[in-house]
Amino acid sequence: MSVSSLAPQNSLEVASIVRDAAARRQAIEIIGGGSKRALGRPTDAAITVDVSGLSGVTLYEPAELVVSARAGTPLQHVTDLLAQQGQMLPFEPADYRPLLASTGEPTIGGMVATNLSGPRRLHVGACRDAIIGCKFVNGRGEEIVSGGRVMKNVTGYDIGRAMAGAYGTLGVLTEITFKVLPRAHATLTLVYEGLSCDRAVALMSAAVASPFEVTAAAHIAEGNHARTCLRLEGFDASITYRAGRLIEDLAEYGQPQRLDTAPSQVLWREIGEARSIIGPADHVVWRLQLPPSRSAALVNSLRAMMDVSVLYDWAGGLVWLSHAAGDDMTAVRTAAKAGGGHATLIRAGEALRRRVAPFEPQATAVEKLARGLKQAFDPAGILNPGRMYAGI
Amino acid sequence: MTQIAMPQPDPLILAKRERIIAGLQERVPAQWVITEEDERRPYETDALTAYRRLPLAVVLPGSTEEVAAILSFLSRERVKIIPRGAGTSLSGGALPQEDAVVVGVGRLNKVLDVDFANRTARVQSGITNLAVTTHISPDGFFYAPDPSSQLACTIAGNIAMNSGGAHCLKYGVTTNNILGVRMVLLDGTIVDFGGETFDQPGYDWLSLIIGSEGQFGIVTEATLRILRAAEGARPCLLGFDKVEDAGACVAAIIASGIIPVAIEYMDQTAIRICEDFAHAGYPLDVAAMLIVEVEGADAEIDVLLTHIEKVAREHGARIVKVSKSEAESAAIWKGRKSAFGATGRIADYLCMDGTIPTGQLPYVLNRIGEIVAHHRLRVANVFHAGDGNLHPLILFNANDDDELERAEQAGNEILELCVEVGGCLTGEHGVGIEKRDLMEKQFTSVDLDQQIRVKLLFDPDWLLNPAKVFPLNLHPLPLGRAA
Ligand SMILES: Cc1cc2nc3c(=O)[nH]c(=O)nc-3n(C[C@H](O)[C@H](O)[C@H](O)COP(=O)(O)OP(=O)(O)OC[C@H]3O[C@@H](n4cnc5c(N)ncnc54)[C@H](O)[C@@H]3O)c2cc1C
Ligand SMILES: Cc1cc2nc3c(=O)[nH]c(=O)nc-3n(C[C@H](O)[C@H](O)[C@H](O)COP(=O)(O)OP(=O)(O)OC[C@H]3O[C@@H](n4cnc5c(N)ncnc54)[C@H](O)[C@@H]3O)c2cc1C
Repeated sequence: MSVSSLAPQNSLEVASIVRDAAARRQAIEIIGGGSKRALGRPTDAAITVDVSGLSGVTLYEPAELVVSARAGTPLQHVTDLLAQQGQMLPFEPADYRPLLASTGEPTIGGMVATNLSGPRRLHVGACRDAIIGCKFVNGRGEEIVSGGRVMKNVTGYDIGRAMAGAYGTLGVLTEITFKVLPRAHATLTLVYEGLSCDRAVALMSAAVASPFEVTAAAHIAEGNHARTCLRLEGFDASITYRAGRLIEDLAEYGQPQRLDTAPSQVLWREIGEARSIIGPADHVVWRLQLPPSRSAALVNSLRAMMDVSVLYDWAGGLVWLSHAAGDDMTAVRTAAKAGGGHATLIRAGEALRRRVAPFEPQATAVEKLARGLKQAFDPAGILNPGRMYAGI
Repeated sequence: MTQIAMPQPDPLILAKRERIIAGLQERVPAQWVITEEDERRPYETDALTAYRRLPLAVVLPGSTEEVAAILSFLSRERVKIIPRGAGTSLSGGALPQEDAVVVGVGRLNKVLDVDFANRTARVQSGITNLAVTTHISPDGFFYAPDPSSQLACTIAGNIAMNSGGAHCLKYGVTTNNILGVRMVLLDGTIVDFGGETFDQPGYDWLSLIIGSEGQFGIVTEATLRILRAAEGARPCLLGFDKVEDAGACVAAIIASGIIPVAIEYMDQTAIRICEDFAHAGYPLDVAAMLIVEVEGADAEIDVLLTHIEKVAREHGARIVKVSKSEAESAAIWKGRKSAFGATGRIADYLCMDGTIPTGQLPYVLNRIGEIVAHHRLRVANVFHAGDGNLHPLILFNANDDDELERAEQAGNEILELCVEVGGCLTGEHGVGIEKRDLMEKQFTSVDLDQQIRVKLLFDPDWLLNPAKVFPLNLHPLPLGRAA
């Protein structure tokens, strides 16, 4: 089957493309910047729709903490614009191109469709938490509006927020509005060296449970250079005070190094991008979410079975893990599930992704509802079919 | 005479009342099935007291399994179901119908598990919002969304309405603070959505369920994100001669890079009502007042409040009163927190809940004044200014039908104004019946159909809280549009 490529320039054109495809029951693959096509299950689509033509910031009110952008807008463009006013997307979106060895320009729509958030997710919530409104085209080719441009809004169901993490299987996003936050005046990172995973997780847990507003907590568990990093943000007097109190309260974990604003920014960018576990290209990469206190034990149990590189973020709630592709591909998911969490296969060759479900399989009752939800948005089943799960 | 229509009761259901009651009594101990008229009375309304409907029966299950048995029975019998927490909804969300059974979760009120290491608490949904924080506060933790009704309202109601509170500028609303829910579907299936991890695989069911106003199922348990409280918090009080200046000051504080935990606004009428009641020491001669609260250690708070004071002076604040002690802080908050109660003592009121872009504050406040004056009524404005969530209280006399009708009319005009300036009909109280018939002002019929299709996934026969959220003429979804 030959694949036709379409590049709509506005939401009306998106709607008409989807309507036509629905009438012919032809599957559509939605492409933002294409930087993450390697993520999720491969799709077999007759049509690719490149939404990068839907570009531009449509509203930015710094004093109201809101920004709206068309879905194809380069993420970089939005972050630059916000930075000019001393603001940011709260959830700290990271660039996964190094990890995925992909090219292309990451877009706002792709970021929302994957709901993947960086280190500050620990403190201020995920991408989905920052969404206050969105416009999308459903599988019928209808333009739908949900939410709006104000921060508090419970008018009707929150279907716009549910677009986050749906991988484009419920609708083609055309415009999204976010809550933004002021950038911190200064950043200070406390770096503890040489802790075991168990001790590191205990340290991060104690730090996050303190009143001193730790905005990120990660443990880079590489070799004998293990580093446990706590980030403080705010104005100088405040972070100095909070750092002093933390160091005192956490004295049993040793004396940390201090990194000030500029090196902190580099460090946290690298943590967000999971640089420390990228490894050789033929290694597979998993992203696990767990109740934080169980993550170290889980990693220890996997280490007994295979060679793994590990990075803990979100105080242990997120574990990045890579291992050789030949190793047992069921071990990680089984362990994650036993620990009360779930695992996503982030990087693996296409053949492997066809064989091993990239996303955590769902409970039967939830899976049944998921099929129903897909039906409610995309009755012909044409939007990114099979991208997340077979059949939706 | 009130304006909002409710459907006529179904005679077939009324005719089999005895059988329905018997069926309920087979599934929960008879003492928890309330049938006598005088005992059903307390359930006939919520906090939108102008509307009352006596339910066919009330049932108070004691476990998730009992809820499941009740729902599968009632749905088989095609009986409508009204989920209920504490009945503090201001939008008529918990208003019964004569042919419906109220399922109250008030007996499901336990804390099941608190995990401080992972900062989560698992609770039964009928627990009150305040009881959660009371339970964990000895350890220095709290549950962030704090509706003013937190003493009475339940986590179940908060989830159904996606409720907010004074501190949500910094901590978000309910949907930002829930990790998982256990919900019983109409056919009795018990489903866990989410869990103990930050994000969930698959679709974001929590986004859909939180704010679904009791139309998807009955939530019996929830896993909440709990947070460690800051070392301290202190407010300052700012008084302005011009409403415009107060509005500009809110914008300037936020634009300067500070996110206070709360920014509350009160106009002169509200200040007077609250001061009369609470003797909080509020300035009576200002046009508008802000209460701005910040958190942290003492030294941090001093720096923040000094900065806020400077911004406020630059924006025309005539009175700046920075709290210097616990007692002063309590006094500043006492007036604000008693706003609804104090207003209730001098008049009946309708509490509106639209949200607007904060840049429109001065314009909207002026227009609200005009609208209410046009209907020959009075208004007191008290609201969360940081996020533009307005609560105009329209004062009226409930014994005068004409006044009630004028108050409702003024309320509708205010909400339409909110939509007109780029805002929305409801910021935190929900649509319920109150804003149901205005939904088409904010959404197209295509938007509403998409929402309804999600509802139909959970409730194809419109049995769960059916007369709420969507204009009655939109359901059932006309077949022509169903596809
Ligand atoms: C594994 C991985 C993890 C990442 N994690 C993060 C992260 O945590 N935070 C972050 O900000 N960035 C993350 N990125 C970086 C990513 O480059 C950005 O999210 C970027 O914005 C993605 O945009 P894209 O346009 O390249 O997406 P694409 O690769 O084009 O698409 C990604 C997915 O989104 C769908 N999609 C794209 N546009 C739309 C649309 N308009 N409507 C509906 N569906 C659409 C696609 O169909 C596809 O399923 C990640 C990338 C990868 C590959
Ligand atoms: C004085 C006062 C102040 C208020 N202040 C605020 C405020 O600051 N912020 C705010 O957001 N709200 C506020 N409210 C509104 C109200 O308190 C909230 O909407 C609250 O969440 C309702 O909780 P409840 O337990 O009383 O629920 P109810 O009123 O009993 O029900 C509310 C809705 O939830 C549904 N529901 C109840 N239980 C369940 C369940 N188990 N499963 C599914 N659905 C269910 C009901 O069907 C109904 O639609 C205030 C109300 C009053 C009276």
